Amino acid sequence: MMSTYDELYRKEWQWQEGDLTVTRSMQWSGPGCHNGCGLLYYTKDNKIVKIEGDPNSPYNQGRLCMRCLNLTESLEHKDRLKWPLKRIGERGENKWQRISWNEALDIIEANVRKIQKEYGPESICGMVGTGRNICWQVPLLTYAGFGSPNFGYSFLSGDSCFSPRAAFIAVTHGDFSVCDCSQFHEDRYDNPEYKVPEVILIWGNNPIHSNSDDFLGHWIVELMKRGTRLIVVDPKLTWLAGRAEYWLQLRPGTDAALGLGMLNVIINENLYDQEFVEKWTYGFEELAERVRQYPVDKVAEITWVPKEQIEEAARFFAQAKPGAIQWGLKVDQSVAGVPAAQAIATIGAICGFIDIPGSNIYIRDAYDILSSYGTGYEEFLSPEMRAKRLGDEKYPLKRMGVGPTAHADSVLVALETGKPYPVKMLWIQTSNPIANMGADAPRLYKAIRTTDFNVVVDLYMTPTAVACADLVLPAGMSPERNGYKTWWHPLRSTSKIVQYYECKSDEQIVLEVGKRLAPQNFPWETDIDLINWMFSRSATYKEDFQTLQQKVTDYQKYEYKKYEKGLLRFDGETGFNTPTGKLELYSTLFAEWGLDPLPYFEEPPYSPVSTPLKSKEYPFILTTGARSLEFFHSEHRQLKTMREFHPDPLFDINSEIAAEMGIQEGDWCWLENHNGRCRQRAHLDPALSRKVIRAEHGWWFPEMEGSEPALFGVFDSNSNNLTEQCQNGPTGYGAPYANTICKVYKATEENSLDLPSLVVTRKGGF
Amino acid sequence: MSSDRYGLLIDYEFCTGCHACEVACKKELNLVVGQWGLKVYQDGPRKLENGKWEYNFLPVPTSLCNLCADRVKEGRKPTCVHHCQAGVIEYGTLQELSKKMNEKPKTVMYSK
Repeated sequence: MMSTYDELYRKEWQWQEGDLTVTRSMQWSGPGCHNGCGLLYYTKDNKIVKIEGDPNSPYNQGRLCMRCLNLTESLEHKDRLKWPLKRIGERGENKWQRISWNEALDIIEANVRKIQKEYGPESICGMVGTGRNICWQVPLLTYAGFGSPNFGYSFLSGDSCFSPRAAFIAVTHGDFSVCDCSQFHEDRYDNPEYKVPEVILIWGNNPIHSNSDDFLGHWIVELMKRGTRLIVVDPKLTWLAGRAEYWLQLRPGTDAALGLGMLNVIINENLYDQEFVEKWTYGFEELAERVRQYPVDKVAEITWVPKEQIEEAARFFAQAKPGAIQWGLKVDQSVAGVPAAQAIATIGAICGFIDIPGSNIYIRDAYDILSSYGTGYEEFLSPEMRAKRLGDEKYPLKRMGVGPTAHADSVLVALETGKPYPVKMLWIQTSNPIANMGADAPRLYKAIRTTDFNVVVDLYMTPTAVACADLVLPAGMSPERNGYKTWWHPLRSTSKIVQYYECKSDEQIVLEVGKRLAPQNFPWETDIDLINWMFSRSATYKEDFQTLQQKVTDYQKYEYKKYEKGLLRFDGETGFNTPTGKLELYSTLFAEWGLDPLPYFEEPPYSPVSTPLKSKEYPFILTTGARSLEFFHSEHRQLKTMREFHPDPLFDINSEIAAEMGIQEGDWCWLENHNGRCRQRAHLDPALSRKVIRAEHGWWFPEMEGSEPALFGVFDSNSNNLTEQCQNGPTGYGAPYANTICKVYKATEENSLDLPSLVVTRKGGF
Repeated sequence: MSSDRYGLLIDYEFCTGCHACEVACKKELNLVVGQWGLKVYQDGPRKLENGKWEYNFLPVPTSLCNLCADRVKEGRKPTCVHHCQAGVIEYGTLQELSKKMNEKPKTVMYSK
């Protein structure tokens, strides 16, 4: 029977459609991504039979990407973990025994108590992967359950995803700012206060593919339809770069220099907003002095971007009414990640593109419901225990609480050396660090096997679990868990509507383990009680999970120009939440901590400039972590639909140089440097620089044997065989994931006898 | 030509090649690996004499496309239209679509 569109897509949270129950919810993770798109689950008899985008979600307006459209394939995949497993062979043998949740809890309790007693609680590290619906749960378990201050990313060198940008901007702006695509208004582009940015400067990300940080890349396309023009800074000609007014094809890792060059143009040609700078910023004279060290000629030489392009793009951006910056991961992934972020954010700041409609606008968690990595840190740990956090002794930003995680490289060093104290247990929840995230995957492989006890919680049996876990626990996927999202706005709920075997939600797992270990810190009965406790910590949110569940999304009115209204500072004064009350172009805190208070450029540790001799042997600059539409990091490799689109790992190489080297489209090749090698298939790109190789990350092969030496082939195509740990900036942040060096040669039968997984697991490594 | 024939209008200026339409279609028609109800083709990137780049994607319906007859009968939009992340696929009568085509450069129209 024909119904109207409004009858089919209703605004209540649940209704009946024939024999199907329709539930409006939000898909966050797992399987993951950083967004929280609205979708409709059509269920029957504890089974999701169909998924559609929710047209009534202002966030994604009914649209979905290929991963959500293919979600049912993941929910029902035969390889999913179904119940707790205990290791019965050696680590790496992939031999397991099914046990009950109670037995699993007994094993955890016994091991944790023993390690706490023998080595102290700080010997236990809680770890997660990138920020998804797991940001606050494992921190809470680590602090309140294990009693340890060591929660962090699983070996993400230099914590170099989002955190460097977040830490810098917290210190100098006092808040976090994002590109305004109207996403915080329920009526979106029609909002009367909203203004379409004239120019968006897209820096170090391809938002169409990456959708990072609660930002849907296709919002940019909606703005392009409404007149927005683009400047794209990227070594790769992305589709957006192909549509841009200016594509600045920089040398990987020289972002800070390019930013300083653009600042030089904007300041010297008086293109900045003098009124804003005078009234609201601190340290402009010092900044102007600093950019004199970066004349455009010199910057062109460093970055490979022609001088005229730098000048024209800087003018084009500064004269926009207004401009906005959409920055991304690659800003973080150099040793100079923090100063690069500083230079880029300063371009927008001196143009006055701050917190006005269509610019970079400040945003906090919805209703200030804090759901960060710091959840429970101060409440449940003594100052003495907090002082033991790994990395704090070296890095003042960490010590001052700017970044609420243990420094990943310091955790690795502690595992390897026992200094400053031994690490004896890892709790790794929905993270697969030897497949991706951690640099120098073979080094991590060794380190994670040195502990007394490891637990891995995940959706599937992963290479990391096989390599190091003593216990593997099955986590529920998104429609199997109650949860919420306060990463920016709106506040969103996700509802448990089906149960898969014995899987439990991340909240349930953390709660049950916590109750065993420290019942006084975990007084809640259910996951919903725990969620309501998180809500109760907000001063402004007065509702509970059940109410939110029925609303699905809850928008607060967004206020622009908060610095004029006294809405940013804790004392209610106008200005910014910084020591000077101004937006600090010169960071007073960095100066106090002995760090350079102004943006600067530093060569990557390996580059044609810093290591000319080594670069003769390894003539290409290698970037890793190239995003694909089909996969979220190491996820989705099991799914036949995703592998139909993208069967094998790919690296980009310039078409001409490939031809000169006899490399054709699809050829398997080795990428190699002093640290290791991996093989991927060549994709010929006519627009890529002749000197750059762009490799994918996260590859493992669930179709291969899980036990060693194969270990799902996790090292065979792993671009993190070529990256290194412990090469961070002076803040502790930043790592050269996207700017090391390599050579390339065709894979032959002869040079492929010993595949990297065999070399790493059986022959002691490269 | 009958005035109530239906088709799709695609704005390839803004098609990003995200493949959502292909997966949506595979799920709707329950297609096996190797079969497609519509397929996204890529042209470029290719450098033009003026220094700009030609770089386009274009979804092309196959003979398996039935314009989501079942969905449309229920009052829904075809699934590729509903889910297109760039919002570049429209469904309507050829008359309606050709009017829109007249107003927007870089579009193509498919009839069934």
